[in-house]
Amino acid sequence: MKYVIAIIKPHCLEIVKEELEKAEVHLMTVVDVIGCGRQKGVTEVYRGVKEVNDLRRKIKIEIAVNDEFLEKTVQAIINGAGEGEIGDGKIFIFNMLDCIRIRTQERGEIAIG
Amino acid sequence: MINAADTVWMLIATALVMVMVPTLAFFYGGLVRKKNILSVLMQCMVLLCAISLFWVLIGYSLAFGPDQKGLIGNLSWVGLSSVGLNPSPDYASTIPHQLFMAFQMMFAIITPALIVGTFVERIKFSGFLIFSLLWSAFIYCPLAHWIWAKGGWLAEMGALDFAGGAVIHISAGIAALVFAILLGKRCGIQHHRSPHNLPFAVLGTGFLWFGWFGFNAGSAGAANTVAVAAFVNTNTAAAAGGIMWMLLDWKRNEVPTMLGLATGIIAGLAAVTPGAGYLSPLSALIIGVISGTVCFFFVEKIKVKFGYDDSLDVFGVHGVAGIIGIIGVGFLATKKINPDGANGLFYGNINQLWVQLLTALVTILFAGLGTYLLYKIVDKIVGMRVEEREEYIGLDLSQHHETGYTLID
Repeated sequence: MKYVIAIIKPHCLEIVKEELEKAEVHLMTVVDVIGCGRQKGVTEVYRGVKEVNDLRRKIKIEIAVNDEFLEKTVQAIINGAGEGEIGDGKIFIFNMLDCIRIRTQERGEIAIG
Repeated sequence: MINAADTVWMLIATALVMVMVPTLAFFYGGLVRKKNILSVLMQCMVLLCAISLFWVLIGYSLAFGPDQKGLIGNLSWVGLSSVGLNPSPDYASTIPHQLFMAFQMMFAIITPALIVGTFVERIKFSGFLIFSLLWSAFIYCPLAHWIWAKGGWLAEMGALDFAGGAVIHISAGIAALVFAILLGKRCGIQHHRSPHNLPFAVLGTGFLWFGWFGFNAGSAGAANTVAVAAFVNTNTAAAAGGIMWMLLDWKRNEVPTMLGLATGIIAGLAAVTPGAGYLSPLSALIIGVISGTVCFFFVEKIKVKFGYDDSLDVFGVHGVAGIIGIIGVGFLATKKINPDGANGLFYGNINQLWVQLLTALVTILFAGLGTYLLYKIVDKIVGMRVEEREEYIGLDLSQHHETGYTLID
């Protein structure tokens, strides 16, 4: 079992979701976040004054997957979020110790899907 | 002779209609995704500026200036020359001519602002602005002239449109329908998306209702009994439209919804607009009930069936309600309320019904074809739709380099 955390550009969320659905990955947690990476801050203009925010808005997607779904999930995120630019984001993969469905108290792989 | 009471009322009514524009902006703004809130506010607010100037410079002359063969006003009132502070002999004879002009200006602004609801979240700002100005000049001004100006050909036939059922709501509604079909659907909306800020939409609805008192009761042009009738009718139809929509929502979707109630209120308000000064209160109630019902089925069923993306239901609510209202006048108008009006079919005058049907039909055809042509022209010159990537990013950032909300202070 793996835990996948992906940081992507906000406008890619819809497309990533579509790609994940195509890969039959339907369960995810999505969070609005800000952060900074190698991409330079976006320039916003308020009444003619340019402001550069170095913390940029991003979307964080968290997905728990069984091992056989890992590559499909990763590929779907890359397909959806990859624009070939700095700022496309990153994917982090963790080993997951366990997963418990609270309602039934099932544990392990069966509780993920 | 200038009457002080009439002048006071019309100044207030004009300001009330002005408030409807930013209010409409918040009504629409609440209903879009949060990455597009500013673009919608911007579109409505820039129309407030742009059409104000257009109206002073040329629009008022085209719409209400001395008649040319019943089709259009001539250019002798360009820049408001001859539009002074004395009453006009032709319009609202107890208030300064400039006040009548200003009241009409607010109508001219709100009409293209209504259309904004159809193309939100994907329109290119430059294309929108050019289209709106051309639409005001070539669609709104002629329609206003035909139906409201002295010598306009539909006005001469006896068409009744008290506060703009055809001139405003049908024309904007049909324009919205044509626009939505030509522009295509928004990206990333395959699943139903809930509005990003429903409280904004409800705030907007509340203040639209408030502003509508100026809109309809102000269309009496004076502080008189017709204004009071219009006021009462406006309130009654809004209430009936809202209740009707809520009940249908409750029955068909299991729960009454806030957005449903708000939409029903707007449907009632739009439908009573053409008849506000000609109907009895019970007739207004009937108009509100019919409008709430028909618009509900249009938005829930017919739009879904045809699959066009009239994003915020400008046609389904304003267009359909406007048609109901204009035709409703042909049935329900009575001279008991307004001796300057006419009787409808139910009061023994079938001729009025034909005139009303013709008015609706002419407005539909003219606004529909005109919008099609203007869209094609502007689309050729500057383009109407943003690129797909800009659409995903949102118009706030891609068109205006601003964001409506921050995540962390």
